Amino acid sequence: MPRIGELFETMEYGPAPESAERARAWLEERDATFDHFIGGQWTPPAEGGTFESPNPATGEPLATVAHGSEADVDAAVRAARAAYPGWRDRSGHERARYLYALARKLKKNARLFSVLETLDNGKPIRESRDIDVPLVARHFYHHAGWAQLMETELDGYRPLGVAGQVIPWNFPLLMLAWKVAPALATGNTVVLKPAEHTPLTALLFCELCREAGLPDGVLNVVTGDGRTGDALVRHPDVDKVAFTGSTEVGRTIREATAGSGKELSLELGGKSPFVVFDDADLDSVVEGVVDAIWFNQGEVCCAGSRILVQESVEEELERKLRRRMETLRMGDPLDKGVDVGAIVAPVQLDRIRGLVEQGRDEGAEIWQPSWSEPRDGWFYPPTLCTNVSSAATISREEIFGPVVVMMSFRTPEEAVELANDTRYGLAASVWSENINQALHVGSRVEAGTVWVNSTNLFDAAAGFGGYRESGFGREGGREGLWEYVEPAWKADREPKPEADARPEIPGGEAGVGVGEASRPDGGDGDGDAPPIDRTPKMYVGGAQARPDAEYVLPVLDAEGRRMGEVGRGNRKDIRNAVEAAREGDGWAGASGHNRAQVLYYVAENLSARAGEFAERIGRMTGEGPEPGRREVDRSIERLYHWAAWADKWDGDVHRTPFRNVTFAMPEPLGIMAVVAPTEHPLLGFVSTVAPPLAVGNRVVAVPSQRWPLAATDFYQVLDTSDVPAGALNIVTGVRDELAEVLAAHDDVDGMWYFGSAGGSEMVERQSTGNLKRTWVDDGLARDWTDPEQGGGREFLRQATQVKNLWVPYGE
Amino acid sequence: MSARAGGEEQAETRETSRSTSGSAAERPAGGEGEAGPVPSPPAGPGERGNGDARGGDRNPGTELDLDEVTRASANRSAIEKRADTLGRRRSVKQEWQAAWLLRAVTCLDLTSLKGDDTPGRVRRLCAKARQPVRPDILRELGVGNRDVRVGSVCVYGALVPAAVEALEGSDIPVAAVAAGFPGGLSPFPTRLEEIRRCVEAGAREIDVVISRRKVLLGAWTELYDEVSAFREACGDAHLKVILATGELGTLRNVARASQVAMMAGADFIKTSTGMEAVNATLPVGLVMARAIRRYHDRTGHRVGFKPAGGIRTAKEALQWLYLIRDELGRPWLDRRWFRFGASSLLADLERQLEHHVTGRYSAFHRHPMA
Repeated sequence: MPRIGELFETMEYGPAPESAERARAWLEERDATFDHFIGGQWTPPAEGGTFESPNPATGEPLATVAHGSEADVDAAVRAARAAYPGWRDRSGHERARYLYALARKLKKNARLFSVLETLDNGKPIRESRDIDVPLVARHFYHHAGWAQLMETELDGYRPLGVAGQVIPWNFPLLMLAWKVAPALATGNTVVLKPAEHTPLTALLFCELCREAGLPDGVLNVVTGDGRTGDALVRHPDVDKVAFTGSTEVGRTIREATAGSGKELSLELGGKSPFVVFDDADLDSVVEGVVDAIWFNQGEVCCAGSRILVQESVEEELERKLRRRMETLRMGDPLDKGVDVGAIVAPVQLDRIRGLVEQGRDEGAEIWQPSWSEPRDGWFYPPTLCTNVSSAATISREEIFGPVVVMMSFRTPEEAVELANDTRYGLAASVWSENINQALHVGSRVEAGTVWVNSTNLFDAAAGFGGYRESGFGREGGREGLWEYVEPAWKADREPKPEADARPEIPGGEAGVGVGEASRPDGGDGDGDAPPIDRTPKMYVGGAQARPDAEYVLPVLDAEGRRMGEVGRGNRKDIRNAVEAAREGDGWAGASGHNRAQVLYYVAENLSARAGEFAERIGRMTGEGPEPGRREVDRSIERLYHWAAWADKWDGDVHRTPFRNVTFAMPEPLGIMAVVAPTEHPLLGFVSTVAPPLAVGNRVVAVPSQRWPLAATDFYQVLDTSDVPAGALNIVTGVRDELAEVLAAHDDVDGMWYFGSAGGSEMVERQSTGNLKRTWVDDGLARDWTDPEQGGGREFLRQATQVKNLWVPYGE
Repeated sequence: MSARAGGEEQAETRETSRSTSGSAAERPAGGEGEAGPVPSPPAGPGERGNGDARGGDRNPGTELDLDEVTRASANRSAIEKRADTLGRRRSVKQEWQAAWLLRAVTCLDLTSLKGDDTPGRVRRLCAKARQPVRPDILRELGVGNRDVRVGSVCVYGALVPAAVEALEGSDIPVAAVAAGFPGGLSPFPTRLEEIRRCVEAGAREIDVVISRRKVLLGAWTELYDEVSAFREACGDAHLKVILATGELGTLRNVARASQVAMMAGADFIKTSTGMEAVNATLPVGLVMARAIRRYHDRTGHRVGFKPAGGIRTAKEALQWLYLIRDELGRPWLDRRWFRFGASSLLADLERQLEHHVTGRYSAFHRHPMA
C-alpha cells in the first residue's frame, strides 16, 4: 500500500462503489429477460417484440424487456377489470393490510431496489438510497392508512374502476408509488406502463406483489414505449388515466381521451422559479440550488431551473455558485460519493446539448466547472447560464437536465411577475429570512408547490401537482385521493333528454321569422298598445354590452311563441368577456367574508324580485308560476349555500415529517368559463356560477341556450348587489359555438361544461392549447334540485386547485 | 470509470464551454474547490497593525465592521439539511480511508482538562502525542518514515510547564486553556494575566472562551474589544477563540460571533469548551466554516477552525473532514488550519487504522492509552 502517503497529501475522495452484485444476480437469475405482469402471471408479449434497457452510466445492456402491443394492453385491462369487483368490495382494512405488506417489503428490500434503480436510471446511489426508495415505502405506508380510513373518511364515494397509469423515467419507482398506492388504497385496479428507459424496478415490484399475495389482476404491468402507453390511455375499458411526463405527451393524452368519460390527471413539465432575495442565507441558497437543479441530473419536473435573484446579490450568488459547482462530483452513479450521475438516454443528452447550444447562440453565457465528465456512458456537466433574457429559449423551455438559468429582479413585485412569466406552474422556491416577504411572494406565485427556504421536498401526506400547463390533479395527501374516487351517485347516471343535450336553435341561423309574439299576460295582444320591446344584452365587465355582431337568438315559450330574443354572441364577445374577467381582479382579492356578503346580497335582491323571475321561468318552461317559484326559492337557497362556503373552503395543514408547516391551500383557478345546463334556466345557472365565484374565480358564463332570459334578468340583480366589475360576465348565444371559443381560449384557466356528449368531447379536445382544467358532464344527467348532485363539495374541488406551501422553521 | 470531481484527477480544461467573461482568471487555482476566488485583500483600510511580530500567515484582524456582522445570517433548517446530507454524500474507502484517518490523527489537539490532572498524567499524554499511532501500524501503512504526530497537547495553565518539558525536542506545541476557562467570567484583568502567564510558561497556543453574554446582548463592540485584548495578550502565541456555541442560542449568533472574533484577530475559531450541554455539532460547524470562508473571501486572511467536544468516533471525524474539504477546500485540511478538540477520538482512530492493516476489527486495549 504505497499510496497512503500520497493520498495523505492530496486528500482525494477516491472510489467508494456500492456493490451491484445482488442486483446483477437478480437480473441473471431471470436471464435478464422480462415478460409483462398480467393477472398475476408473467406473460410473454402476444406479438413477441422486445427491447433493451441499458445502464446509462456505461451504455451496456441490462435487460431485455417485452414490448407491449395493443393485445398485451387489452389482456392487462381485462385482467384488471376482472379483478376490480373483488378488490373494490374488500374492506378498507383488508386493502390496508396489502398496502402495509408492500411497504414493509419495500423497506426490507430497500437496497436491492436502490441499486437496481441506479443501474437502470443513472441516478446517484445516494439519491435512490436516501430519497427515492424511502419515499416509496412512505407512500405505501401512508396510503395503507387511507385504505383503512376510506369507509369513514370517504363515505359516499366509490372507486373509479380500472386505472391506466403511464409513468416517466426520472423517478421510476417513486412515480409507480405515487400512482399505484392511492389507486389501490381506494379500491381501483391498475394497469401500469413504466417508462421505456426504466422498467426494471417496476418489474421487481411485481415480484413483491406476488410475495405479498396481492390478488391476481389488481396490479398489472405492461412494458413498452410510447405506443404501448397510447394503447393503454385509449383503451375503452379504462376508467381513469393518470400520466406523469412531458407537457407535449400530456396534450396528446388529453386529446386521445377527449369525450371518453375517463377521469384524467396529468402531472407535466415545469420551469420552476427559484427566487432569491437579498436577505437570504446565500450559502444555504447555494445548497438549495444544488438540490434544485443538480438533484437527479436536473431530470426533475419540479426542478428549480430559473434562478431569479435580487440584483444587489446577483454577483455574489453567481460567484458562490461557480465555486460550488467545482466541488460537485460526477461519475459512476453507484459511487457513494457521487453527486451527479448519468443522463438516462442518448436522446435526452442530445436534447440538453441542443438547448444549451441554442442558449449560447441566443447570447447566454454558459459556465461549467473545470473538471470534465466521464467519457463512458451519458453524462452532462452542471451548467449555469447567465446573461439570459426572459425571452430566451432556455429560460422558457423545460430542459430536463442539469442546466439552470439565472436572471435578476429589483423588487418583490417584479420577482412575482417574473416567477409567473411562464406557461408552467408546477413548483417554486422562495428564499428570504423575512417571513413577510417569503409568505407574500409564496402566496402569489402560481404553482402547485411552493417551498420557502427549501426545495424539492416531497412527502406522501402532501399533494403534488401543477397549475397551468404543468397539468392538473394532485398526488399525495387527502387531495390526491380525489383523483381515484367519485361521488357514489354518479354510478347510476343516465343520458340526459335529447332536448337538453342538444337544444334547437329556433328560427334557424338567421334567427328571424319564428314564433308569434307572446304577451306577458299570456293573451294574444288584444290590448291597446304593444308592449315595449325589451332587449337583453350581454353583461361584460359590470356593464351591459351589445353583441359584437348584431344577430339575435329567439327565445320561445313552451308553446313556441316568441317571448323575446337575446344577442347571439360570437368569438369577439367571448374575447371581450374574458378580458373583462382578467381585469376584474377585485373579486380575486376579496376576502371569503366579502365574497360571502356579496353572494348573500345577490340572494337578497333576487328574493326581492322573486315573483317576476318565477313568472318568467314559468312561462319559458311552460310549467307555470308555481314550479317557477320553486326554482327561484331553490336558487336563493343555493346562493346561500355557496355564500356559506365562501369563507369555509379551508384546506389542510399536512403532517409531513419535517420541522415545518405544510399548508395545503385551495386557490381559485383564475378565470373560469361556465357553460350552464340547458334545463333549469335559473337554478342551473346559479348552481354553476356561484361555486366558482364563492371561492374567488372570475367567471364567464354562457346561460341556457333555450331559456337565457333568467340569466339576463339576473344581471340586473348583480347590478344592485355590489358585485365587482368583471367577476361575473354573461354571454348569450348558441351554446356550443361559444363553448368552443372558451375551450380554446388560452387565457381561460378552467372550464365547466354541462351540455351534450359531443360538446363534452369538443371541450376536452379544444382545451389542450393551455391544458386548462375541464369538468364536463358527457351528456349525462344531474338532478340540479338535489343538494348533493347540484351542490356537493365536488363543485368546490372543481373550482379550486390545491397549493402546498412548505414553510420550514427554526432559528 | 472513476468518480471525478473538483478537478482533482487531471481534469481536462473545458476550453469550449468557458464563459467569455474572463472567468478563467477567477477560477480557483487547480480546481481545488477551495474557498477562492480570492479577491485582493482590502488595501489598508480596515486592516489593523497590531504589532504582530510573526505577521505572515496569521490573521491580523480588521476593523470591526458592524454591517458585515449584522448581515451574517444562517437559516437553521437549510443548514441542518446540508449537515444531515454531508456525511451521506461522501465516503472514503480503503487506502483513501486510511489516509483520511491519518490526517485526522495529525489534526488532533490531544486534550486533558480534568480537575485531577497531574504532571505524571500530562507526561503520559505528551508521550502519546509524540507517537499517537503504533509504529508497526504506520510501517504497514507505508508511512513509517513520516512524522506522524498530533496538532498540539491541550492542558490547563498550571500544567503547561510539565507539558512543555515533556514535549521538548518535538515540534508539538502546547496549548493552554486560559482566561477563566470554561465560564470566562472571572475579572477581565485576571483573564488577560492568565493568558500572559501561560505564554510565559511556554504555551504556543491559547484557547480562550468569549463572554457569551456579549453575544446574547448583541454587544458586538464589547466582544470585539475583548477578543482584541486576548489577542494582544497572546503576543506570538496563536489565539483560538472558543465561541461556546451551545450557549449562543441561535446559529445566526454563531455566524455573527464568528465574524467578530475573526475581525478581532482570532487565529482559530473553536466551537466549544467541551463543557457546554451541546458541543460540536455539524450544523454549527457549517456555520463557522462558512464564516471563515466569507472572511477569507473578504480579507484574504485564512482563519483556522476547531470543533471540540463530543467527537468520539472515526466516522464522526470523517464527517468533519468532508465538511471542511467541501466547504473550505483542501488547504484547510491541515493542522495549521484545522484541529479536533478531543480526548477520546484518538483511540477509535487507532483501532480503525489497525483494522485497515489487519482486516480484523481491533480493540481499545491493543493501543497504548493517552
